[in-house]
Amino acid sequence: MPQELNYLKQTASQTAGPYVHIGLAPGRAGFDIFDHNFGHIMVTPQTVGERIIIEGLVLDGTGTPMRDALVELWQANAAGKYNNPADTQNKPIDPHFRGWGRSPCDFETGFYRFETIKPGQVMGRNGKPMAPHVSLWIVARGINIGLQTRAYFSDEEAANAADPILNLVEQDKRRKTLIASRSERDGQAVYRFDIVFQGENETVFFDV
Amino acid sequence: MSEFYQWDRAIQPKAFTPDYKTSVLRSPKAALLSLENSLSEVTGPVFNHHDIGPLDHDLIRNYAHGGDPIGERIIVHGRILDENGRPVPHTLIEFWQANAGGRYRHKKDTYLAPIDPNFGGCGRCLSDDNGAYFFRTIKPGPYPWRNYVNSWRPAHIHFSIFGSGFSQRLITQMYFEGDPLIKLCPIVQTITDPAAVERLIAPLDLNASVPLDTLAYRFDIVLRGTRSTLFENRLEGN
Repeated sequence: MPQELNYLKQTASQTAGPYVHIGLAPGRAGFDIFDHNFGHIMVTPQTVGERIIIEGLVLDGTGTPMRDALVELWQANAAGKYNNPADTQNKPIDPHFRGWGRSPCDFETGFYRFETIKPGQVMGRNGKPMAPHVSLWIVARGINIGLQTRAYFSDEEAANAADPILNLVEQDKRRKTLIASRSERDGQAVYRFDIVFQGENETVFFDV
Repeated sequence: MSEFYQWDRAIQPKAFTPDYKTSVLRSPKAALLSLENSLSEVTGPVFNHHDIGPLDHDLIRNYAHGGDPIGERIIVHGRILDENGRPVPHTLIEFWQANAGGRYRHKKDTYLAPIDPNFGGCGRCLSDDNGAYFFRTIKPGPYPWRNYVNSWRPAHIHFSIFGSGFSQRLITQMYFEGDPLIKLCPIVQTITDPAAVERLIAPLDLNASVPLDTLAYRFDIVLRGTRSTLFENRLEGN
């Protein structure tokens, strides 16, 4: 017998279930309990950067919105710096931007929605800058382990074309599932990013 | 930059697990795209005590409206560790559960067991310097659900943990030692490694109980470990 490797074993994931709102968004479950709630509004008036909305549907294998899903978003600030000590890039932290938000899908419309700012470019591996993007994490009843993907921005064509992660996606068609499309609504930039579980436009999810 | 060890796919459940029927239409069909960690994955949100109220970790008191909730009073405690056995300090832990009768305070739950007017069923805390956490609650009851005609969830508490990086993000469920429903549950069975299932079962911890007052269960959680850099990778290239 060789020597033993004494690593601990990972705790297994289990579904967040249909009542995930109780724990992560109790207002949506129908009651008020905490003084401070986490939500989808990620900016204050002091936050630096272009105000944007990122929104979309989470669609199951029949194309039906998963109205009980919950999405979390993690991103860099306008300068391309994460508000976390592990980011050692020489860029300023924005003290008015945590960079994280949480949005349950709407029980009626199915939309998730984040009010945030457009992130700057973050340096990737081997000195290759990554195009501006946000990381998304999706949980729901029926999802055994949270799914991770990224949303890039349709108006960043040059940066997207050079992005090391987008370029790992072999099929053009699948790469497009990672691009949020920009439009304007009431003078506000809105990016639409649907998360599709199955079928022709299935979103690229990551093992990362 | 410290990268995480990869997800242990021998332990973690698959996305498509047809015996848990809801997963059939809610699982990707294409393979996941494997990525090495970048700054986007090794960083994650930082929380602090301003995010949390003084009663958030006491489910016996945090929704009490003039009385105590019905049911077995329990303490749940443990540590958040990584695969290297290192504590994960100051990380946000959120938990939610049904009441003693197996009923959730949720507008979509229609089970006939009654709502408890003094029980909300959710709480949260930060792990301490040593990764330790604790909270007080009522032992949840089992409840029926529509998978097979007569499916019942074992009593469980849902946990959400952040870790230090967004790729450590984990949601899981804690079960209770001795519950005969555990081995019958299609959600538990999405995990095929029997030892991994056992690690989701909290043992009674009499030493941590409060005599004449509250029983205790212990539940440790292990997140992905961080890789030591034995030979420097050029991660940021600068």
